Amino acid sequence: MAMTAFAIIRLRNLFAVVMLSGIFSLLAASLYVLLTAVDVAFTEASVGAGISTLLMLATLAITSEYEKKSERSTLLPKIIVTVTGAVLIYGTLDMPLYGAADAPSNLHLIPRFILQSGTEIGVPNIVTSVLASYRGYDTLGETVVIFTAAIGVLVLLGRGRNRWRPGMRKPVVPEEREEEV
Amino acid sequence: MELPVEIPGLLNYWIVIVLMMAGFYVVISQGNLVKKMVGLSVFQVAVFVLYITMSKIDGGAAPILDDAIKQYSNPLPHVLILTAIVVGVATTALGLALIVRIRDAYGTIEEDEIIELERNDD
Repeated sequence: MAMTAFAIIRLRNLFAVVMLSGIFSLLAASLYVLLTAVDVAFTEASVGAGISTLLMLATLAITSEYEKKSERSTLLPKIIVTVTGAVLIYGTLDMPLYGAADAPSNLHLIPRFILQSGTEIGVPNIVTSVLASYRGYDTLGETVVIFTAAIGVLVLLGRGRNRWRPGMRKPVVPEEREEEV
Repeated sequence: MELPVEIPGLLNYWIVIVLMMAGFYVVISQGNLVKKMVGLSVFQVAVFVLYITMSKIDGGAAPILDDAIKQYSNPLPHVLILTAIVVGVATTALGLALIVRIRDAYGTIEEDEIIELERNDD
């Protein structure tokens, strides 16, 4: 996964970058299977690796496929990233070890979910019962976010095929567009 | 299913941090807007991996109830990340729609060129 991430930084061909991000998502999904998070794995595989990649490819089809070389200095971002990373690694020194059953996040509420959700909700998959019942409002909020995003996309892109819309700074002149095609 | 190799202590957090910083670097150093979105999603996946590794318990099975299983992984992070993945795609879609509009308005998706155009307008 790390190699895919670094390839994304280096590459200038946006098509390859988008494909790599799909591969990255798929690797993440297989990692989730190994970590026993099966529900998350298939959501990531279908939504993360599938739909996101598709959306990005659609955007590339409309815009350009190659990235131009930036003249900006990369020194400052490198320093910021290194410092932030170092601070974060320092922060992990107090974290519970991998796989520890007595980590604080595993003690509160979780025993109740595991012991009683079977009788209370009646669904064998604990993730499903927590998602749809115990944290039902969360899921409602998620649906609201998706709905808002869908409205936003429709408003931004419009439904008509006309290229010039009110509020545009300058219409895309036909000669310009032919060059890019 | 067990991982083929034993992961020592805090290594999982460090991998997450490396991935996260790779995404962060793409976001702050690259001028291309599509690439920035890819960087954001790399960052996002790093956060997901952080949560999911925290939910793993040694010897724990997938959180699906069965009489034969005595120990499960923590189901709560799984739920949170399920929600986060879907919301992540919604925000990605919105960001990409904005990029398409920016391309319509300025004719480019490079940040530097857009700033240059803005300057010339003033």
